Amino acid sequence: MNEKPATRTTANTDDSNTDDSASKERGRHAMTRSLASRSRPTRAVAGLAIAATALSLASCGATKVSDISAGGAKGSSAKCGQFNLAVNAWVGYEANAAVIAYVAEKKLGCTVKLKNLDEQVSWQGFSTGEVDAVVENWGHPDLVKKYITEQNVARDAGLTGNIGKIGWYVPPFMVKAHPDILDGKKLNKYASLFKTSESGSKGQILDGDPGFVTNDAALVKNLKLDYKVVFSGSEAALIQSFRQAEATKKPMIGYFYEPQWFTTEVPVKKISLPAYKPGCDVDPAKVACDYPLYKLNKVVSNTFATSHSPAFSLVKNFSWTNADQNVVAKSIAVDKMPADKAAKKWVDANPDKVKAWLVGTGVS
Amino acid sequence: MTTMTRQTQQESTATESLTGTLKDSQDNQDSQGSQGAVQPAISVRNLWKVFGPNAENVPGTPELAALSPRELMDQESCVAAVRDLSFDVAPGEVFVIMGLSGSGKSTLVRCLTRLIEPTNGEIFLQGEDVLAANEKALRDLRRRKISMVFQHFGLLPHRQVIDNVAYGLEIRGDSKAERTRRAREVIDLVGLSGNEHSYPDQLSGGMQQRVGLARALAGKPEVLLFDEPFSALDPLIRLDMQNEIIRLHKELGKTMVFITHDLSEALKLGDRILIMRDGEMVQIGTGPELIGAPADNYVRDFVKEIPFSGVLTLRWIMRPAKPGELLDGPELGPDVVVHEAVRLVLESDHSVKIVENGVLLGVVGNHEILRVVAG
Amino acid sequence: MSSTDRTLDTEHTVNRARILRWGSAVLVLLVWMVGFVTLRGRDTMALAQADLTPLHERLNGLNDAVSAGRSTNPLFIYFFDVIRAVIDAMATAVQAFIAQPAFGRPVPLIGWLGVVAVATFLAWAFGNVKVALLTAAGLAVLGMQGLWIESMDTLALTATAVMLSLLVGIPLGIWAGLSDRVNAAMTPFLDFMQTMPTFVYLAPLTLVFLIGPASAAIATLIYAAPPVIRITAHGIRGVPQETLKAAQSMGSTRFQLLTKVMLPMTKRTIVIGINQTIMAALSMVTIAALIDAPGLGQVVLKALQSLDVGTAFNAGLSIVILAIVLDRVTTAASVRSELARRNPTGRSKRLRRPALAIGALLSVFGVYMSYTYVWAAQFPADPDLGGPIRRTADTTSKWAQLHFSGATNSVKDTLTDKALNPFQMLLTDSPWWLVCAVIIALALIIGSRRAAIGAAICLAVIVGTGMWADTMTTLAATLVATVAVMVLGLVLGVWMGRSPRADRLIRPTLDAAQTMPAFVYLVPFVALFAASRFTAIVAAVVFAAPITIKIIADGIAGVPGETIEAATAAGSSRWQIISKVQLPMSMRTIALATNQGLIYVLSMVVVGGLVGAGALGYDVVGGFRQNSLFGKGLAAGLAIVMLGIMLDRVTQAASRKVDVTSAGHH
Repeated sequence: MNEKPATRTTANTDDSNTDDSASKERGRHAMTRSLASRSRPTRAVAGLAIAATALSLASCGATKVSDISAGGAKGSSAKCGQFNLAVNAWVGYEANAAVIAYVAEKKLGCTVKLKNLDEQVSWQGFSTGEVDAVVENWGHPDLVKKYITEQNVARDAGLTGNIGKIGWYVPPFMVKAHPDILDGKKLNKYASLFKTSESGSKGQILDGDPGFVTNDAALVKNLKLDYKVVFSGSEAALIQSFRQAEATKKPMIGYFYEPQWFTTEVPVKKISLPAYKPGCDVDPAKVACDYPLYKLNKVVSNTFATSHSPAFSLVKNFSWTNADQNVVAKSIAVDKMPADKAAKKWVDANPDKVKAWLVGTGVS
Repeated sequence: MTTMTRQTQQESTATESLTGTLKDSQDNQDSQGSQGAVQPAISVRNLWKVFGPNAENVPGTPELAALSPRELMDQESCVAAVRDLSFDVAPGEVFVIMGLSGSGKSTLVRCLTRLIEPTNGEIFLQGEDVLAANEKALRDLRRRKISMVFQHFGLLPHRQVIDNVAYGLEIRGDSKAERTRRAREVIDLVGLSGNEHSYPDQLSGGMQQRVGLARALAGKPEVLLFDEPFSALDPLIRLDMQNEIIRLHKELGKTMVFITHDLSEALKLGDRILIMRDGEMVQIGTGPELIGAPADNYVRDFVKEIPFSGVLTLRWIMRPAKPGELLDGPELGPDVVVHEAVRLVLESDHSVKIVENGVLLGVVGNHEILRVVAG
Repeated sequence: MSSTDRTLDTEHTVNRARILRWGSAVLVLLVWMVGFVTLRGRDTMALAQADLTPLHERLNGLNDAVSAGRSTNPLFIYFFDVIRAVIDAMATAVQAFIAQPAFGRPVPLIGWLGVVAVATFLAWAFGNVKVALLTAAGLAVLGMQGLWIESMDTLALTATAVMLSLLVGIPLGIWAGLSDRVNAAMTPFLDFMQTMPTFVYLAPLTLVFLIGPASAAIATLIYAAPPVIRITAHGIRGVPQETLKAAQSMGSTRFQLLTKVMLPMTKRTIVIGINQTIMAALSMVTIAALIDAPGLGQVVLKALQSLDVGTAFNAGLSIVILAIVLDRVTTAASVRSELARRNPTGRSKRLRRPALAIGALLSVFGVYMSYTYVWAAQFPADPDLGGPIRRTADTTSKWAQLHFSGATNSVKDTLTDKALNPFQMLLTDSPWWLVCAVIIALALIIGSRRAAIGAAICLAVIVGTGMWADTMTTLAATLVATVAVMVLGLVLGVWMGRSPRADRLIRPTLDAAQTMPAFVYLVPFVALFAASRFTAIVAAVVFAAPITIKIIADGIAGVPGETIEAATAAGSSRWQIISKVQLPMSMRTIALATNQGLIYVLSMVVVGGLVGAGALGYDVVGGFRQNSLFGKGLAAGLAIVMLGIMLDRVTQAASRKVDVTSAGHH
C-alpha cells in the first residue's frame, strides 16, 4: 500500500532544471555549427547528450536512493513474519482489512501482504496456504462445508461484531411518496410502479452480484408477488441503480444489505417481509420469510491459527460495530482516502478499541 | 532474321549427332541400358506422376493406366500430370518440353529433381539413380549437379542480389570469401554488375530473372532446368533473355531442360522438343521434324501459327523426282531452310535438286515452295 | 459470340441460385413463425437461476476433487509447481527492475528516468523518431496521472505474459504453418482459448498455479497467445511456393528453409502477430486483477466498488496510453525493416550506428541516474494530471447521467420492446428442436453443408450443457448487438474509407474505445440505460464497433482508384459510387467485418452479465463467485464457446459464398 515515496525531492528537481537550461544554453553555442550538417537522429541524440551532461551536473548534491530507508519493514518483523490477508471486493470488507493490516504492521511489526481476491478464491487460498485470514465472512455454508468440514484447512476465528442485514430496499424518496411501501404486504399494490423493460408487465426486483446469498426468486413465488427478479450482475450496477433512482426519482426496489458505505450517501430503506424464524429458510425452494440477521465472522487457515503469530491473536480479537466500519468505509469510498490513511485516522481516534485487540499479542 | 539463320546452322550441325541419340533412346527404351557411346545427361523411363487418392495404384494397374484423363477423374478422382514418359537428354543439349498450360510440363520438370515426388518410373542423372537417392544424396545432387530457374523467379526478397546468388553456395557450406568471389563472377556473367547490393524488388522483371539465372549458375551445376522462365516478362525483354540463354549455352555448354508454352521460343532455343498433352508425350523431335511431320492435329495446331519457311528445311518438303523430270536445276542440301531457298527455286526454271553426300534425295519445285510460303 | 451466351448463362444460374437461396431462407423463417405460434412454450428447456443439472453437479465434483488433491498430487508437485515457480521468478524479476522495491532498496532498480530513457531509445532503435517521442510523452503522462508504479506493474506483468506467449506461440505458429494437420488440430483449441470467458477458468487457475503472478500470466497467455500463433502460421503459409521450391531446388535442408527463407520472409507478419498479442494481453489487465495481479487493473476494480468513475477512467486512460504506445512502436518496428531496405546506402545509414551507440550510452546513463538519485527514481508529484482527469471524468459522467438518462432510457425501452423482446421470445419460447432445425437450415442456405454440420454439432453440445434457454437469450442480444455494430460500421466505415481526414479524426477514438477496459464505463452506462440487457448490448457495441469500422474503412479505401474514376467518368453520383461500386467491391471485407464484429460482441457476454444481461454472462460470473455454481458457470462458458464457433463458421462460410457468387457474377 505504501507505494508512494516518503521523501520528495522537489527542491532538487527545481535546481536541476535551472542548471539544466543554463548548460544547454552554453552547449548550444559551441555545437551549433557541427550539428547543422548532421542528420536528424544524430542531432536528436546530440541534444540529449547535452541534456544528460546537464542532468549529471545538476545531480551533484541531490538525494541519493541509498540515503533513504526502505521504510515499513522496521521493528520486530521477525516475530510476526508475513501475514497474508485476503481483501474481498467490497468496501466494508476493505475497511476491516485496512484497519487490521494497519495495526498488524504498525503495532505488531508484521509484513502484511494484502491480496485482492474474490471470496471463493480467498477460501481456496486456505488450502494452498496462500491466505491466512478472511476478515468479513457472510455465511457461505458451501465454503464452510468444503474447507472447514471436509478439507479441514480453515477454522472460524470469531465474530467481527458487525451485524449483516439483507433484504429488499427502496430509495428514501419513495418512502416519502408512499409511506406504506415499507410494508411487505402492500408490495403488490405498487407492482406497476416498478415495471421496466426487463420485467415486462410485472414489477422489477433488482438483484445484485451472483455471489450474494439470495432467496429472492423463491420469495416472489411463495409470497405470490406480482414481481420478477432481474439480475443486475454486479454490486456496482446495483448501487449505481439505487443512486440513479434517488437522483432522478425513479421508482426502484432491489436487494440490498448493511453495513454498506452507500447507506451513508443514500439512506435506502428496508421493506419488512414476514419475520425470520429459525428454520424457515431450510428449504430454499419454500422460503417465505425475510432474511436472517448475519453475524459476520472471521475465518483463518489452520496453519495460521497454530503458528503463534501475534497477527492471529489480532484477527481473533478484532471486533467493532457497524458504525465503526461505516466510518472507515465512508473515508475510503466517499472521501476517496487511501485505505491505509483511512485506517490510521480511525485507529488514532479509537485507541481503546485497538488496545483491546492487542491482548495476547505480547504488545501493549 | 539473323538469329534464325544462326540457329538453323547450329541445328543442322546438331541434328546428325542427335538423330543418333534419338534412335538410340528409342531402341533402348525397354532394355533401359544407356551404355551407348555417350551417357545421357538425363534419362527418364516410364515416369508417372498421379495426384489423388490411391495415386500409387494407377501406374501399376493396366486398366487404370489406360483410362482417359476424364475417366480417371470420374472413376478414381485422380489426375495423371505425367503419364508414362520416357526420354533422354544428351550432354550439352538444349531440350525443350512444350505444351499448353495444364499439360503437365511443370510437374515433369519438378519431378526431375524430386521437388515433386514422382509416383512411378525411373530418373537417371548422369547415370545416377535420382529416385533411389536418400535425403542427403538428393540434397547433394541439388547443391552441385542440377539447378533450376523459376517462372516467378523465386528470389528471397529479404536478401540483396549478391546474397541471393550466393544462397546455394552458402547452404552447402562454401566459405564467405569463396562464395562472394563466385557470386560476383556469375553476376558479371549475366550482366548484372553494379546491382550486387540491390534488393530484388528494386529490379525490373528481366533483371530479377537474371538474378535467378545467376543463382542457378553459381553452383556450377551440370544441368540447368528452366520452368517457363520468361513467360512473366515483356516480349522485348523475353527476346533479350532468350539470346542471353543462347549466349550462355555457347559459352558454358551446359545441358539445359527448358519448359515453355511458346513454340517460337522452343524452336529458337531447342535442339529437340518434346510436346506434351495431358501428361503424355505427343511427339519428340527437332523443330523441322515437328513442323515437317506433325504427329497429330494437336501438334499441327501448335505449329500452324509459325512461319514455316524460317524453320522448315527442304528435307521436309521435297518430293521424289518424277519419272522423266529434267534434273538440270541447281543443287541444295536437305538442311537448308525454305526461307533461304525461295529465291533460288523461284528463279530457277527447273526444280532444285536435293543432294546429300552426292546422293539425290529428291527435288523441290515452285509448287512445293509456294505451298509453304503461302501457308 | 458463344462467350457472351455463356456469360448470360452464368448470370442466369447465379440469379436463379440467389432467388432460390433467399426464397428458401424466407420459407424457413415462415415455418419457424408457424411453429412458434402453435408450439409456443413447449420444450423450451428453461432452467431457473439457482437450478443445476446433473452435468453441472458432476463438474462441481471434479473441481472439488482437484481442490482436495492439490497438495498431495505428484502432477501438481512436480509439474505445475515447477512451472509456477519459473514464471513467478520471471515476473518477480521484471517487477524488481521497474515496478516493485527490491534488493533491500525502497524503490525498484530502475526508476522512471531510466525506464523513459530505455523505452524511448528502444522505440527509436526499432521504430522511428516519431514513435520514440510518442513513447517518451506517453510514459510521462502515465507518471503525471499519478499512476507510475501501477503502470509499471501492469507493464511488468504484461511483458512477462507476452514473453511467455511468444515463447510458446511462435514455435507453435511455425509448426502450424508448416503442417496442415497440426493447423487443423490446433484451430479448435485456439478458438476455445479465445472464446472461453476468462472468468470460467480464473478460479481453477489459481488452484493449479496458486495466487500470484504465475496465474495472472497464464490467464493472460491463454487469451493472448492465439493471435501470434495464428498470424505466424498465416505468415509461414504465405511464403510463395515458388520461393520455397527454388530454395529447395538448391538443396536447402528443412532447417535452412526455415531459418534462411521462411522466418526472414515472415518477420514482418510475426511482428504484427506480436502486436496483436500485446493488445490482447493488455485487455486482460482488469480481469487479472481479480486474482491479485497488481497494477492499473486494481485501481479500476477498487474504483468500481465505490462507483468512482473518475478514478476508474484515469486508470483506464493509462491502459489506453500504454496500449497506444505499444501498438505504435511495434507497428513502426514492423515497417522499419522495409524502410531500411529501401534506403540501403546513404548518409543516414552510415550515421545510424554511431547514433545508436550514443543513444544506448544515454539510456544506460539514464538508468544509472534513476538507480542512484531519488528524483530520477520516483516520479515527481507535480505536475499532476490525474486530479483534473478524475474530476473532469466525474463531472462529465454525472452531468450526462442527470441530463440524458431520461432520453436514453426511453430509447432503451422502445428498442427493447420493439426489437429485442420479440426476437428473444422467438428464440427462447420456441421448442429447442425447432430452433435447432431453423439454425441448421439457415447455416445450410447462407453458408455451406460443412457449416450446417458444424452448427449441428455446436447446437448438440449446447443442448448437452443444459444451458439452452440462457444461450438463446444471449444469442438474441448478440445478434441485435451485431446488427447495431454493422450499421455503425457501415456508416462510419464508409465515411472513413472515403475521407482520409475523417479517418485521421476518428481512428484514435476507436483505438481508445477498443482498449479502454469495459469496467470503466459500466457505471455511467448503468445510469444511462439502467441495469438491463440493453446496457449490455451498448457495452458490446462500444467494444466491437471499432474493429468493424476499421475493417470496413480499410476495405472501402482499398477499392482501386481507377475503378472509382471509371465510375465517376460514367457520371455516377456520390451515392451511386458508394452503393454500386464501393460497397459491392468490399463485400468480402464487409463479411469479414461481420464475422469479427460477432466474435467481439460475444467476448463481451460476460461483461454484459455484470450490468443486467443475465443469461450466460451472469451464469459465468456466478460460477466464478460461488463455489456451488462452478459447474454451471463452466457449462455456460462452454455454451459461449460453442455459440462463438457456430457463428464464426457460419459467417465464414457465408462470406466464402459471397466470394464465389461475386466471382461468378463479374
